[in-house]
Amino acid sequence: MKKRRNLILTLAALILFGGFLYYAQHTFNPYILRILNLCAVFTIFAVTFNLIFGYTGQFSLGHAGFAAVGAYVAALLTMSAAQKSANFFLKPIISPLANVEIPFLPALLLAGLFASVVGSLVAWPALRLRGDYLAIATLGFSEIIRILLVNLQPITNGALGLKGIPSYTNLYWSWGAALVCIFIIKSLINTSYGRAMSAIRDDEVAAEALGVSLFKHKMMAFAVSAFFVGVAGALMANLISTIDPKVFLFFLTYQIVGITVMGGMGSLTGSTIAAILYTVFLEALRPIESPFTIGPLNIPGIPGMRMVLFSILLLTVILFYRRGLMGTNEFSWDWLIGLFHRKDTALAAPTGGAEK
Amino acid sequence: MSLLKLDSLTKQFGGLTAVKEFSTGLEAGELCALIGPNGSGKTTIFNLITGIYTPTSGTVTFNGQDITGWRPDRITACGIARTFQNIRLFKGLNVLENVVVGKHLRLKSDPFSATFHLPNYRREDEAMFAEGLELLDSLGLSRLAYEAPTSLPYGEQRKLEIARALATDPKLLLLDEPAAGMSPTDSEELMVFITHILKTYKLTILLIEHQMRVVMGICPRIIAIDHGETIAEGTPEYIQNHPKVIEAYLGVADYA
Repeated sequence: MKKRRNLILTLAALILFGGFLYYAQHTFNPYILRILNLCAVFTIFAVTFNLIFGYTGQFSLGHAGFAAVGAYVAALLTMSAAQKSANFFLKPIISPLANVEIPFLPALLLAGLFASVVGSLVAWPALRLRGDYLAIATLGFSEIIRILLVNLQPITNGALGLKGIPSYTNLYWSWGAALVCIFIIKSLINTSYGRAMSAIRDDEVAAEALGVSLFKHKMMAFAVSAFFVGVAGALMANLISTIDPKVFLFFLTYQIVGITVMGGMGSLTGSTIAAILYTVFLEALRPIESPFTIGPLNIPGIPGMRMVLFSILLLTVILFYRRGLMGTNEFSWDWLIGLFHRKDTALAAPTGGAEK
Repeated sequence: MSLLKLDSLTKQFGGLTAVKEFSTGLEAGELCALIGPNGSGKTTIFNLITGIYTPTSGTVTFNGQDITGWRPDRITACGIARTFQNIRLFKGLNVLENVVVGKHLRLKSDPFSATFHLPNYRREDEAMFAEGLELLDSLGLSRLAYEAPTSLPYGEQRKLEIARALATDPKLLLLDEPAAGMSPTDSEELMVFITHILKTYKLTILLIEHQMRVVMGICPRIIAIDHGETIAEGTPEYIQNHPKVIEAYLGVADYA
């Protein structure tokens, strides 16, 4: 009964959300569209980070590296042969890659698969470590990936990066991927495997003594996470149409960690909301990086001011509001309806009702 | 043939020998206590049996199989479960889920069918929860099934840890100081509880305790150790009057 009602509500919300995407895609200007697309990309980043850290308790800082793998794979697979030869003017691209051009969907999936394989390869040795050591090791691996991108010139075009990647990414692709990602990760968390992951997060020794294979479950979290991070990287590459190794500096990972902490460790709803708020605010705050005056004070434009604000925000959250926006709570229809029953004040749903 | 056989187990941490040439056997259905003063190596022996430590030398044989140096989760899968001296419950899961995690190792469905909640997984999942509830019920914890484990009183947390270990369907249960921090009345009640599960679940139990009084009443066999070595083994009366045990606990009278 309740289940049926919730299913209908979810479907209705999805249709509404789809309608909104259709409307947005056809009426909004490219600037707004790009922000909305980035919202979806960062949602995937935050949700996947939450699976590894919030649910499985493994502090991994490899997200930028996995995203880079996905981005480069998709870029190289979707660019036309002519574009590639124009890009690789220092040294030609190795032959089998030069003429490959495949549609976006298989490119996305391959990007995800490739990132997942790389993620698993990184996790294999790194998962012997715990806590801070794992963080340092994964951070190191992420940097190795970036250095490889700079130096594997015949494949990645090195520091020059890739330009003219076809901009296939639109709202349907980006939000479609985000919804699939949220759905799959949410479903996974609600299974026995998800409970085993939470057990590992709470107490590794006890989990192992109860017969939970630490390696298998951590690996699973990494592989699933890295897959979607790869897809998000691919979406990003085909959105901004220019990528180079500098896009995937540690700073990207830092942003993702910040978003997830602000949203609440162990809440996918929190991650989604925080990712959207973060992306939108970052754009809205652009003016503070240009020169402005407050009364007699003349402030010159300082690039990076937004990041200062972001850091202060993150510090505030960590110091005063450690649970983040949502803590470990999730959006649910029961919660929303309960809210209406208690007081008849109209309250909007926090997101487009993407979560179940 | 004994269910568990320890053959000259030795564990060294650098220069310190925590367990030295420890050998014993446990028959199926037995309830045996391991006693000894603080730091005598009791928990180290548990960690050697359950695979948390790998012995420096010696072997652990369980059910006729050499399990020396196996990973803890594989050892649990073949039928040895344990509890911990300091309670280690999963704070992020409720009481029932804590128990159900113990059933995870018997799950047959693969992650894919689990994620998409395919019928074979749904059946298994429902069965896991039903069995978990049944187990909680038989231990008198079912009214707390949906509580957070941290909100439980101390004694109930101890019981929950035992319930969680039982969920793995063990043949051998290792209890590490189950009565630690309990009042004498509570620990006596716990001992009754332990004899109850011993019979109900057809278990073999090895339990650590360092207060001799607690185990005297229920354990027909007691092994006393000190400095990682067996100093006496036998009935409670025998242990109680054994000069080496008295020496280990009270020190030697020195009137010189």
